[in-house]
Amino acid sequence: MKKILTSFVLLILIALASGSARAQSGGELHFCLRSEPKTLNPLLAADDSSETIRYMTGGVLVRVNRLTQDLEPELATSWKVTNGGKAITFQLRDGLRFSDGTPFSADDVAYTMQQLMDPALHSPTGDAFRSSEGKVETQVLPRNRVRITFPAPIAGLDRLFDQVAIMSAKSPQKEMAVLGPYYVEVNKAGSYLILKRNPNYWEKDPAGRPLPYIESVRLDIQQNRDIEMLRLTRGEIHFINSLDAEYFDKVVAQDPSMAHDAGASLDSEEMWFNQVANSPLPPYKKAWFSSTNFRRAISEAINREDLARIVFRGHAHPAVGPVSPANKFWFNAKLQAHPFDQKSALQRLAQDGFRFQDGVLHDRDGHAVEFSVITNAGNKYRERMATMIQQDLSGIGIKLNVVTLDFPSLIERITHTFDYEACLLGLVNDELDPNAQMTLWLSSADSHQWNPSQKTPATAWEAEIDKLMRAQASTLDPKKRKEDFDKVQEIAWQQEPFIYLVNKNALSAVSPALHNAHPVVLRPQVYWNIDQLSLSSEVARNR
Amino acid sequence: MKWARTTAIVFLLAVSTACLLANFIAPASYAHQFREEPNAAPSRQHLLGTDDLGRDRFSRVLYGTRVSLLLAPAAALLCSLLAAFIGGIAGFAGGWVERCVMAGTDLFLSLPWLFLLITVRALLPLNVSPIVSVLITFAMLGCLGWAGAARIICADARTLAQSDFILLARASGSDGLRLLWRHLLPNLKPILFAQFWISVPVFILTEANLGILGLGVAEPLPSWGSLLRELEGFSSISGQVWRLVPLILFILVVSSFHLVLTKEELPI
Repeated sequence: MKKILTSFVLLILIALASGSARAQSGGELHFCLRSEPKTLNPLLAADDSSETIRYMTGGVLVRVNRLTQDLEPELATSWKVTNGGKAITFQLRDGLRFSDGTPFSADDVAYTMQQLMDPALHSPTGDAFRSSEGKVETQVLPRNRVRITFPAPIAGLDRLFDQVAIMSAKSPQKEMAVLGPYYVEVNKAGSYLILKRNPNYWEKDPAGRPLPYIESVRLDIQQNRDIEMLRLTRGEIHFINSLDAEYFDKVVAQDPSMAHDAGASLDSEEMWFNQVANSPLPPYKKAWFSSTNFRRAISEAINREDLARIVFRGHAHPAVGPVSPANKFWFNAKLQAHPFDQKSALQRLAQDGFRFQDGVLHDRDGHAVEFSVITNAGNKYRERMATMIQQDLSGIGIKLNVVTLDFPSLIERITHTFDYEACLLGLVNDELDPNAQMTLWLSSADSHQWNPSQKTPATAWEAEIDKLMRAQASTLDPKKRKEDFDKVQEIAWQQEPFIYLVNKNALSAVSPALHNAHPVVLRPQVYWNIDQLSLSSEVARNR
Repeated sequence: MKWARTTAIVFLLAVSTACLLANFIAPASYAHQFREEPNAAPSRQHLLGTDDLGRDRFSRVLYGTRVSLLLAPAAALLCSLLAAFIGGIAGFAGGWVERCVMAGTDLFLSLPWLFLLITVRALLPLNVSPIVSVLITFAMLGCLGWAGAARIICADARTLAQSDFILLARASGSDGLRLLWRHLLPNLKPILFAQFWISVPVFILTEANLGILGLGVAEPLPSWGSLLRELEGFSSISGQVWRLVPLILFILVVSSFHLVLTKEELPI
């Protein structure tokens, strides 16, 4: 009996020892996608789920480190931007292979660029490289180098390659042959995907062990966030990449060690007034909305601290301007969020002839100040913000009507009919470089929301923004670009065509069984270092 | 089941009275945000706690119930009158008139209600007060809900039009309008009454559905739809059972409306 017991104890010890040895390698990582990926072609990825697959499987020449926000070498060991920002030369790593064993060479980079810029493919990733009309040329150079030349300079050119997953020119598997840490093994449409460790992945850890540590990744398609939360608490999934404030607080209540608040993200919530000259609004309202004093007054009458504290349960920060403080390089640190000051708001309005009498604000012609704000139905955070703004504005005698519309109707109003007065929406921002905001700030652009597609700038400050945005886009000197974009931020802060409300925090939940996870503010918040994540032996037992 | 009917009537009367006296009973305005107390638990100051924006939930339940309880019957009345008019004329006239009207009714029934409501809501002017917005919502419900009831009334009117007493009335010299007003309509009353009572909970539910989609009554005016939105996601109510009060009240009121009808008054 004693012998049997001793053997049993020994067996348990061996099992535990082997478990801890596996702590760094092996296992299957589980998490959920909110929808089915629309495509597995990395050049066509536009939705969140497709981008997740691209990030985990695609090998890129350079990668933005999501923690430091610096650019780091991946498939390219070095790179140089030349010809005034029109060309970039990459030195490629030697001896790499795709997941199916096909050798990687400069020809693959040339093939990827040719596919990326093919107008027939309509690649959303390729749009960022279309600086002007003309052909993009890729030259394969000796000693495993490749040069890509564009018809016009592109500011921040090197960082754009973070999104370009290199495809094989020769592999029979086409886009399914990858250079990233994982490859797609199973794609059960509408149900789940299984990614397997790429045996030919190039990177190794400092101890010389091959990366990634985790053997496979299972991504279940799960739209219901309640079920996703339940699965996390049951230990069936290892993390939730992005949570809203309400769910985050539930995670905190259940197990604070799982909750990660990385601070203000790049995303912002903002409202703006319709300043389109030919919109079907009465002239007196057009005059209100085009007045800087009016917009500044509205901004000062909104209590952003309360919005962050109540609507986002403290997991948001009052927004300053078009760039979040999370954007370490481009944020203009001289600017502060507009303080809540209704007295100052009334003084500004008085400068424009508005009168505050018996709790009602009237303009100089006697019109009571009343306007509507539209937002998308079903987004409870925006509806709550609008309701709080409604009460804030009532403090300076303004009647605000909150209207929730289904999204297509809202888009129709803000882009075609211009039959709206104010709109409250959010801006999801993935890019650090201000060039990504070019279409928002140029007065001629379609996405210049408050007054799009202008033939000539309607105001002097819009003309100034146009000039500065073009100037920053045409130089490669980061210091000069920063100076120009700082000025754009200052003008936006003074004129407030967008009244920036809050920057939401980047919230996530991570199981203690997942190691090396350091959630950050940039997407993908949790698995940005997917090749270095590992699972403890506990996980295997949980499952 | 007489006791159940009596209980339902008493309950509906009690709820209606409490809602009508909301201005005197409610401890706070339904719109006032106690910003230092969002999501507060029940207390002496806030009997049912506060909502996400710090608004007194008890006051919002009172006012929200008033909105739904006053306007759903109004919409049901509008819907029943339209059904009586359209269905009654079709059934009484018969022939091609009936066929045309019923074809129109079928078309109306085949329309996807919810999408239609969302579309119409999107086309309305933006600068309307919450009160006007709620009136429009229920008026739309009333105008769109007549088709099903019209079919039933048409069938009943057709049967009545072929009955002996109508033949006798015709023989006595009654003309079309007199026949309709004096002989047909009084006999359609029970079915109209039943249709009315059935429509009330249907409209309450429809407004609640629109509210859950964020397309119902405009903020800050409460309705059952906006109150029930608080229950989105089952995890939101864990440990906060008082949040269920609007749902329980809603179920009790809708059930009471059904109990008020006797077996004989049910149309089928």
